[in-house]
Amino acid sequence: MASETRDTVRGAQGGSSFSLSDPTVRAVFYQVLVVGIVVAVGWYLIHNTLDNLSRRSIATGFGFLEREASFGIGESLIDYSPRDTYGRAFLVGVLNTLKVSIIGIVLATVLGTVVGVARLSSNWLIAKIASTYVEIVRNIPPLLQLFFWYAIVSDSMPPVRQALNPIPGVFLSQRGLFVPVPVADPVWGEMAFALALAVIVAIFVHRWARTRQARTGLPFPTGLTTLGLVVGFPLIAYIAGGAPTALDVPQLQGFNFRGGAVISPEFFAILTGLTVYTAAFIAEVVRSGIVAVNWGQTEAARALGLNSGRTLRLVVLPQALRVIVPPLTSQYLNLTKNSSLALAIGYPDLVSIANTTLNQTGQAIEGVAMIMGTYLTISLGISIFMNWYNKRIALVER
Amino acid sequence: MTENVHTGSIPDERPPANTVGPIAWLRNNLFNSWYNALLTILIIYGLARAIPPLLDWLIFHANAIGTTPQECRANGGACWTFVSEKLRFILFGTFPYEQQWRPLVTIAIIIALVLISCDRRFWKPWLGLAWVAGIAAVAILMWGGVFGLSYVENTLWGGLPLTLMLSVIGLSVAFPASILLALGRRSQLPAIRVVSVTYIELIRGVPLISLLFMASVMFPLFLPTGVNIDKLLRAQIAFIMFAAAYMAEAIRGGLQAIPKGQYEAADALGLNYWQGMRKIILPQALAISIPPLVNTFISFFKDTSLVIIIGLYDLLGTAKAALSDPAWRGFYREAYLFIGVIYWVFCFSMSKYSQKLERDLRRGHRR
Repeated sequence: MASETRDTVRGAQGGSSFSLSDPTVRAVFYQVLVVGIVVAVGWYLIHNTLDNLSRRSIATGFGFLEREASFGIGESLIDYSPRDTYGRAFLVGVLNTLKVSIIGIVLATVLGTVVGVARLSSNWLIAKIASTYVEIVRNIPPLLQLFFWYAIVSDSMPPVRQALNPIPGVFLSQRGLFVPVPVADPVWGEMAFALALAVIVAIFVHRWARTRQARTGLPFPTGLTTLGLVVGFPLIAYIAGGAPTALDVPQLQGFNFRGGAVISPEFFAILTGLTVYTAAFIAEVVRSGIVAVNWGQTEAARALGLNSGRTLRLVVLPQALRVIVPPLTSQYLNLTKNSSLALAIGYPDLVSIANTTLNQTGQAIEGVAMIMGTYLTISLGISIFMNWYNKRIALVER
Repeated sequence: MTENVHTGSIPDERPPANTVGPIAWLRNNLFNSWYNALLTILIIYGLARAIPPLLDWLIFHANAIGTTPQECRANGGACWTFVSEKLRFILFGTFPYEQQWRPLVTIAIIIALVLISCDRRFWKPWLGLAWVAGIAAVAILMWGGVFGLSYVENTLWGGLPLTLMLSVIGLSVAFPASILLALGRRSQLPAIRVVSVTYIELIRGVPLISLLFMASVMFPLFLPTGVNIDKLLRAQIAFIMFAAAYMAEAIRGGLQAIPKGQYEAADALGLNYWQGMRKIILPQALAISIPPLVNTFISFFKDTSLVIIIGLYDLLGTAKAALSDPAWRGFYREAYLFIGVIYWVFCFSMSKYSQKLERDLRRGHRR
């Protein structure tokens, strides 16, 4: 507004219409100048790049994604062999990044919330331990922490042949943690169906309970009912399907274990590192969110006769969440971006696979563009989701 | 009536034991409810189990400086010989051994510059000159080639000076750029706003590693054939691009916090855009954005450790390289603890400084 007034005043006084002292002309001039510089620099860089590429006879384009990758990947959520294409290898990387990010976000949120609440504890020892944790972890580079976690597994764990065997079937060694998994059984499909059914029923119960409470004031134990449905339905399906108990137990064969599921040292290191590091930041976010809720709100809730659990759940948390969610979003984004540090310890995330790809094919521009494009998409996805959530819990002002 | 009136002073009563004093403190802070008491006891038990072995490893069973790696491995305690043996390599990298006073002086100059910049009494124009002079001195010391100093290629630089130079030079170049970006993002000229927003969001949306990759594999393609810039400079440029975007967001927060009346007042005084920004808006906005800026500095300082990925030897890189010496394999705890403490001291003092500054600034506003 301010400059508009200024614009009109000066515009009226300005004599000739094509002078730099006319704010409108000046505005156009500056914008053309900036855009011109950006375009010129961009054109110069592209020109050089094309020139260099033709000199080194590197073909541009994403055609290389169709070619055979011929490198192995340590762990993958989908079937992959070195004979698959670069495109599929990249997909494996994206899935590995998503896997570590999603599990990391869940674990870091849980740990961060616990530590954040612990910092506010009336117990002096707990508060001190929590704040020591935060102050130490926040101030050490995450990469150093990753190296440390990785070294703990790869240097301090026994070799495969002397693997620790704390529980029958579970083996802990330099190669990671091997655990038995149930053998795939058709009953799993039925259990998934039962779970979906339970969720639908739970939603209906929740709606009915809410309308009833609005009408009569009688509360209904929705949480317990949901828990019962979600656990009970699949359990019934499991028992009805004959309760298969076959386990795929890891066996020592040659130089490594076969069968079962494995948590690799790389995955352990990146997951632990990201969780521990991000949790320290989330703890601060949670703490400041809780502190931001006026103490009077708690007193008012207690005066209304709510017990401390309900006070926290119905009064304090909904208000604290409004403060917590925006910075929490940026912590989630940071965790996802930091998962690219996996490269340094050899976890096959998308950066590490794109790096191998661009080293093998020389397609530097395409490789970097794919990394950046994927991260921008993931970041955008998380922001959209968190903005939607933020809007849902935002204060409804009348 | 008079017998109810005391003459003379009444002797002080002892404070009640259950509201003040150590016992009351214990009761209020450790045993104020049954579950807190339980937790306290569990934690004390856990600490009692964890701390003695830790101290044993750190101090009591540690190997004195001068033992061989074999003795260290046999003994089991911390092997501080490793740190003392590799100290100069970890701190200064592969800088020529006899010349290592130069990186040492570099460290001292940079720390001194940062320290005087922390004191608000020195926030004067000459501070900028001091920085220029300091960085020039650092460049002369590290490269040499003049004043009888032997020339040292920058591929030999490493360790703490590299970490400090990457962060300090990166931040001081990125700072002016970030002010322009923040102003651009708040500009009323749509084209400038779009350019700034695109740049900031693009950089903030991707991990630093991808920028470093871009610097190491794509920059050579961007330049005309025959022109080559070395790896260190490429990494430095990537860091500047990265830091500028994040600092711009911190400064934008400060700009947004300035009430509209200030902008209008600047206009009313007849100041043009740059005068108004320089004399009225920016001094206030920058003061408000110092705490978030310092937080950006901290994360930026930690992020310099990523240069290890493109093959530069900063403090973390030299520590890792020291660990790869076959004679000293496996002493990663000592190495990581040592450099972890160095990183921690820098970051922790920065964050304490930021908290102090925040208090000072708030005091100014309360008046």
